[in-house]
Amino acid sequence: MQWEVVIGLEVHVQLNTKSKIFSGSSTAFGAAPNAQANAFDIALPGVLPVLNREAVEKAIRFGLAIGAKVNRTSIFARKNYFYPDLPKGYQISQFELPIVEGGTLAIQVGDQEKVVELTRAHLEEDAGKSLHEDFHGMSGIDLNRAGTPLLEIVSEPVMRSSAEASAYGKALHSLVTWLDMCDGNMQEGSFRMDANVSVRPKGETKLGTRCEVKNVNSFKFLEKAIDFEVRRQIELIEDGGKVVQETRLYDPDRDETRSMRSKEDAHDYRYFPDPDLLPLQVSEAWIERVQAGLPELPQALKTRFMADYALPLADASQLSGNKAVASFFETAVKTLGGEGKLVANWVLGEVMAQLNREEKSIDASPVTPQQLAGLLKRISDNTISSKIAKDVFAAMWAGEGEADAIIDAKGLKQITDTGAIEAVIEDVLANNAAMVAEYKAGKEKAFNALVGQCMKASKGKANPAQVNALLKQKLDA
Amino acid sequence: MQNATLKQLAEALASKAASSEELAQDYLTRINALNPDLNAFITIDADKSLNEARAADARRAQGQAGLLTGVPLAHKDIFVAEGWRSTCGSKILSNFVSPYDATVVARCKTAGLVNLGKLNCDEFAMGSSNENSAYGVVKNPWDRLAVPGGSSGGSAAAVAARMVPAATGTDTGGSIRQPASFCGITGIKPTYGIVSRYGMVAYASSFDQGGPMAQTAEDCALLLNVMAGFDELDSTSLERAPEDYTRELDTPLAGLRIGLPKEYFAEGLDGEVAAAVLAAVEEYKKLGATVVDVSLPRTRMAIPTYYILAPAEASSNLSRFDGVRYGHRAAEYTDLNDMYEKSRSEGFGEEVKRRILTGAYVLSHGYYDAYYLKAQKVRRLIAEDFQRAFEVCDVIMGPAAPTAAFDLGSRASDPLQMYLEDVYTLSPNLAGLPAMSVPAGFTRTGRPIGLQVVGNYFSEAKMLGLAHQYQQVTNWHQQAPVL
Repeated sequence: MQWEVVIGLEVHVQLNTKSKIFSGSSTAFGAAPNAQANAFDIALPGVLPVLNREAVEKAIRFGLAIGAKVNRTSIFARKNYFYPDLPKGYQISQFELPIVEGGTLAIQVGDQEKVVELTRAHLEEDAGKSLHEDFHGMSGIDLNRAGTPLLEIVSEPVMRSSAEASAYGKALHSLVTWLDMCDGNMQEGSFRMDANVSVRPKGETKLGTRCEVKNVNSFKFLEKAIDFEVRRQIELIEDGGKVVQETRLYDPDRDETRSMRSKEDAHDYRYFPDPDLLPLQVSEAWIERVQAGLPELPQALKTRFMADYALPLADASQLSGNKAVASFFETAVKTLGGEGKLVANWVLGEVMAQLNREEKSIDASPVTPQQLAGLLKRISDNTISSKIAKDVFAAMWAGEGEADAIIDAKGLKQITDTGAIEAVIEDVLANNAAMVAEYKAGKEKAFNALVGQCMKASKGKANPAQVNALLKQKLDA
Repeated sequence: MQNATLKQLAEALASKAASSEELAQDYLTRINALNPDLNAFITIDADKSLNEARAADARRAQGQAGLLTGVPLAHKDIFVAEGWRSTCGSKILSNFVSPYDATVVARCKTAGLVNLGKLNCDEFAMGSSNENSAYGVVKNPWDRLAVPGGSSGGSAAAVAARMVPAATGTDTGGSIRQPASFCGITGIKPTYGIVSRYGMVAYASSFDQGGPMAQTAEDCALLLNVMAGFDELDSTSLERAPEDYTRELDTPLAGLRIGLPKEYFAEGLDGEVAAAVLAAVEEYKKLGATVVDVSLPRTRMAIPTYYILAPAEASSNLSRFDGVRYGHRAAEYTDLNDMYEKSRSEGFGEEVKRRILTGAYVLSHGYYDAYYLKAQKVRRLIAEDFQRAFEVCDVIMGPAAPTAAFDLGSRASDPLQMYLEDVYTLSPNLAGLPAMSVPAGFTRTGRPIGLQVVGNYFSEAKMLGLAHQYQQVTNWHQQAPVL
């Protein structure tokens, strides 16, 4: 039987506000346990929540960026359950009326583009952390994270492969960091993904029973967890079994998902509107102000890069995945005055490779976009070859100065004088009679070897195109 | 001095006839003498109180005293106060000392009022007789066999017994007005959102409202001036310009239209209470008021509506009392759930458990629409009833409770009978309207009777004014029990 995979993602995005969503405590990561938990965060008797405007503004920004409906009135509700790291015994969340509804996000899988519909995004507070190690049979509770603002972003079940799910995750990650609403740090839990996975026979329109897979904290693990879960469900059904709706935990060490709790022991959360908070009203003026402050978005940038600089989709999409990379690229192109494809090749090639090797972000690149443009100018005006340019780039990276200075100092200027190149060719032909004979006998490969010899003889400085043309002329004469 | 009002005490302090320390000492002496019998206070801390009194005297010496600086009062134990044990009448908070002040407490402190202690109340303000306190029943100073009313029973008894000149109270379904009525004092529950709920431990957040309890309407106005005001720490606090609640004390009543809802004088109302209330209305006519008949047709629905919505909110509000971070924790338990169950079972009293269970039930999956949502709709309709009535009258009058104070223990075994006690007081909380109780007579057996006045939103100054005018021509409020 042919199976179709159906995936929807729920992503908890930690908003990078200075203070918590309902209290004035700091949200900074890594403080001593409970150092950032005030009277509200530990739920002392009598304390009340006060909503953080900045968190709301970030949610509005997200809603506008994905073309969603930003609800002018939304409601905070209480989700009731007992757990030691949930001090109030309820989580303040949004249930029936979330702040953001609908919207879409374009994703890229290979060279295919796909639009993913979103269901909703709602504001809520994070819980604290329970620490079960190091306490000799007891549990430690750290409430520093309790009350950190989250935007829970829920997609429709429209993804059809782990690759699509991962592409969606990446596009969303890119967008929320682009919008400066989340630091994107997955190790610290700033961007947490849960996947709802089900399978159904191809052609079937009804959804299969889904499982929610938790604890996937990287895109790689997301793909692996989904792949495992899909295999598990298909095998189960093909063996005559039934998928049970449940929450499953991904274990990256064993690359498998394990049952955490089934629907039967799911809580009745007894949601109801939080009487301590009035309905959240968002004015037209507020929305207009946020709209006016929105940066150019990745999707728009991608389209513009393709139009303005004649870039292929793959390049444009990669460059627009990160705001700093996009800005580096565009600064270099503008300094150079064109040659978008050449710049794209270098940014995505040499620059990224060096950054990855040294685990640096593009903001920390020792070669500025202006300096890169200076180097590429010498390729396009034939002063140096692309091969030599790589050496110059390495020297620039090492801090040896501007491209022109390095080219001069090292005498790397390309030889374009016909007479000088011809002299090199004469020498090579005289010293490589055997290769010449092979070429004349019809072995095309021998020609390339002779070109190589010429380049070597010129220490790489001879213009390769000229070498090619002149060599051919001489041999075929 | 014993029967002195806040206003008289303020004058005595201003004229240096007494110091704040002397006043505090006098009241503490009386508290110590009477409390073993009446049990109006849960926590007394003479050192702390006297320190506050001396600070108030120092402030006065520096010429920085306000009107009420140095005047003593006491707080219902629902308000947390920094450094004070704050129990809410519950065993589960028996060891809880608050590290912060409720906004009401802070505002009283800023005004220089001296805190004489924490007053007994029904556990988490749930009750109509003060019999639900983990710290023992409060006795009605007028009759030791009678309840003082609830839940602000300690506040009402303390003021009636002249242990304090005034007290703070909270009112979720009548908890200021009914005990004020039972103890023969004056108390007002303001419009929802006037007095900050920050640090006033929540019972039912959308109903709870703090207010003053004192001998006279004038004193209530003076204390409300201190208690009320916008508070950014309470998102349901209303952002309005500050008001002087004494501004209408001397406004003549000519032309005042009093609405008498026929539903408030129906079956179940005690004859003596009805007679006293109608006599008070006659007094108002003499002062120039006119009387119109009005109808609040959904009065009967107030009890079921309230006893769905308030427990729903309570069931969630009281979840934080879990024994994890503070408060009572069971001595022995096998696992986490066992700890929750034992700590909460031991820490909460019967009535609190009853309301938590009711509340959890009405919010449960499958019942929410039938109970919670429907009750919210009825709540809106009840509020509309009042607005229709206020089209033809300025204030509504009626009894604060169907009877005068009942005997201790007489209703404790029948919660439904106890809930009926709230029939006249619940509706204003459902609608968020201001309402007060004014002393209006006594039964033949000497138990006080209260007149309830319900006003439209933000009409506290008018209500306090018309109560003050009544108190100029009557002396019910000046009667004190012989102790």
